[in-house]
Amino acid sequence: MAKGPTPEELSNIDYTPPPKEWMDVPTVFKPGTFCWGAKGKNLQILEFPNARDWTPVEEDWKLPENWQEILLEGMKERLGKYRSFQLFMDICVRCGACADKCHFFVGGGDPKNMPVLRAELLRSVYRKHFTTAGKMLGKVAGARELTLDVLKEWWYYFFQCTECRRCSLFCPYGIDQAEITMMGRELLNLIGLNTDWISGPVANCYMKGNHLGLEPHTIVSNIEYMLDDIETITGIKINPSFNRKGAEILFVTPSGDLFADPGTYTCMGYLMLFHELGLDYTWSTYASEGGNFGFFTSNEMAKRLNSKIYAEAKRLGVKYIIGGECGHMWRVIHQYMDTWNGPADFLEVPVSPITGTRFDTAKSLKMIHIAEFTADLINHGKLKLDPSRNDDLVVTYHDSCNTSRGMGLLEEPRYIIKNVCNHFHEMPENTIREQTFCCGSGTGLNAGENMELRMRGGFPRANAVKYVKEKHGVNMLANICAIDRATLSAAVDYWVPGVRVTGVHELVANALIMKGEKKRETNLRGEPLPGKEGN
Amino acid sequence: MTLETFLSEKKPALIEKWFNLILATYPADTSSFLKNQKDRFTNPVGHTIYQGIEKILDELVQGVDLDRVSPFLDNILRVRAVQDFTASQAVAFIFSLKNVVREEIKGEKNLTVSCDELHKLDSHIDALALASFDIFMKCREKLYDIRANELRNMTFRLVQRANALGGERDAESESPPEGSNNDNA
Repeated sequence: MAKGPTPEELSNIDYTPPPKEWMDVPTVFKPGTFCWGAKGKNLQILEFPNARDWTPVEEDWKLPENWQEILLEGMKERLGKYRSFQLFMDICVRCGACADKCHFFVGGGDPKNMPVLRAELLRSVYRKHFTTAGKMLGKVAGARELTLDVLKEWWYYFFQCTECRRCSLFCPYGIDQAEITMMGRELLNLIGLNTDWISGPVANCYMKGNHLGLEPHTIVSNIEYMLDDIETITGIKINPSFNRKGAEILFVTPSGDLFADPGTYTCMGYLMLFHELGLDYTWSTYASEGGNFGFFTSNEMAKRLNSKIYAEAKRLGVKYIIGGECGHMWRVIHQYMDTWNGPADFLEVPVSPITGTRFDTAKSLKMIHIAEFTADLINHGKLKLDPSRNDDLVVTYHDSCNTSRGMGLLEEPRYIIKNVCNHFHEMPENTIREQTFCCGSGTGLNAGENMELRMRGGFPRANAVKYVKEKHGVNMLANICAIDRATLSAAVDYWVPGVRVTGVHELVANALIMKGEKKRETNLRGEPLPGKEGN
Repeated sequence: MTLETFLSEKKPALIEKWFNLILATYPADTSSFLKNQKDRFTNPVGHTIYQGIEKILDELVQGVDLDRVSPFLDNILRVRAVQDFTASQAVAFIFSLKNVVREEIKGEKNLTVSCDELHKLDSHIDALALASFDIFMKCREKLYDIRANELRNMTFRLVQRANALGGERDAESESPPEGSNNDNA
């Protein structure tokens, strides 16, 4: 019989991890922290290289024989093509300002999630192959060979970064860690190393126009289903148009709003608002996805998936585009779309048909965020609102990384919320606006199999929510991002039970007094309005 | 001086030592961040652990009321349940309190502790450990619950529509399942 440890031995177990240099700490693929590998059939659809089924936990990743050559060539090409990448590889002085700014490091404690160290994973190989010091001095100069273990480490950690850019905010040189992760993922993509949760939606989007793979009739019937609910709640029958040529405005939103609660309530909010305004707009079952998971594979794929938005605007002959509540959709649209697929000289500078406001900030882009549009309506007193219908809600607002740090949309959502709700409380200053903490599941990390990782990453955000829940009784977390609506629901379920998640336009629609509406008894979720509980 | 009085007097030292032992279970770079960053929002893990053990020690001095102490154990274990720890590593910090107290007693010449007192204290710590196992398991079960809910919610609207096509919209299909949801928009 095997001899067990004595009680003395048991009480003296030392859990302290042995001190090691980061290069000597092996990567352990712990279930719960990584996503499944991309499926061959999806990579094939996208004409991505090395299409085959593979599993991250298996020893053999079924790589092409010359994978090192492919990666180093890919790195060389990108260093030449993107000045920022070259700069970010060279310029870091390892001051540590970014080290404790990443939600994965803060919540999980893995030092390789310090942004500086995550970047070093790539920099060390860059030094070895592209700098004289690295070639000559090797490890002394922080350089190392690109081995299979290094490759696996890249894969593990570049899919533990949500490209939220919080670290960049604190970097004295402005090094954009998101761009380093983008480069890391692009390189991995060259040898077929993406995740199932990303490549599946990208393949869907490429074939059918949206991540969920919804076909035109499904999109229409989903929206019709929401219209039924709206009629039940308000007594108003809404008839939106689809793919209508000659409409003034094209509306594009993430497909998550069409399908998953609580996003569907936000979508009902758009429908009700546009109906009330009598807006001359149309939905498209072709440009049926505002989000862009292609952005998490390669620049080229992101551009390819994005191209449908301007193309559809041109086909339908609209004047400009309004976009729904989404996060990464807006990083792509605000910072890339015009360069990739513009100039949209066939469109006009957006002018609100209700207030006459000309959105010069979108002079070239020709697309505005619905929060800008709605805030302008409220500012001009164009909406009849009864905020007391939201009186059961004590609301706080989560700035989505992409809309806050990516495009500076900070005041508009807050202005809207304060006009449609009577109880609003901010989270602490160093957790909101530009300093906002990520939901922990962006950039295609919102899968199920990596739930532990998501919870670690979501902890700093949830911790601030918990604070305002305890201090002010906050019970609703508002945001303007489809991924937030889904992933924060899971994060608060684990960390702050009792808090729910909502889109801003769900709150708007609850407060919106519509012409000819019946006496409202319930909110969009079918729950009794405050004061109507006994009915 | 009784052990109870001694623990009360030595509380700050006990907290500091216990805190350091817990932080030592993290890699060196991490533990220095967890220790030195004092802002509770920038360093929620360090804050949660520190605040938690402070309250747990308060309780231990007064005799353990699990109803009162559980929320603080929960706060700490909820964090450790999703970090890189095995189940035993996640709850081991409770047992390390025994060593912390004994070390402190050894250094105090004017204190004589009876076997009974020490046994009572150990029993309290064991009770905390047992409660910790339960809390750890609840946290892990919650994670799987959330995963299952996300999957269910992803198909919920589809099922609801299919039901509606097949006949009346029944009451059950009208209410979405509780908990979280998911999509990949």
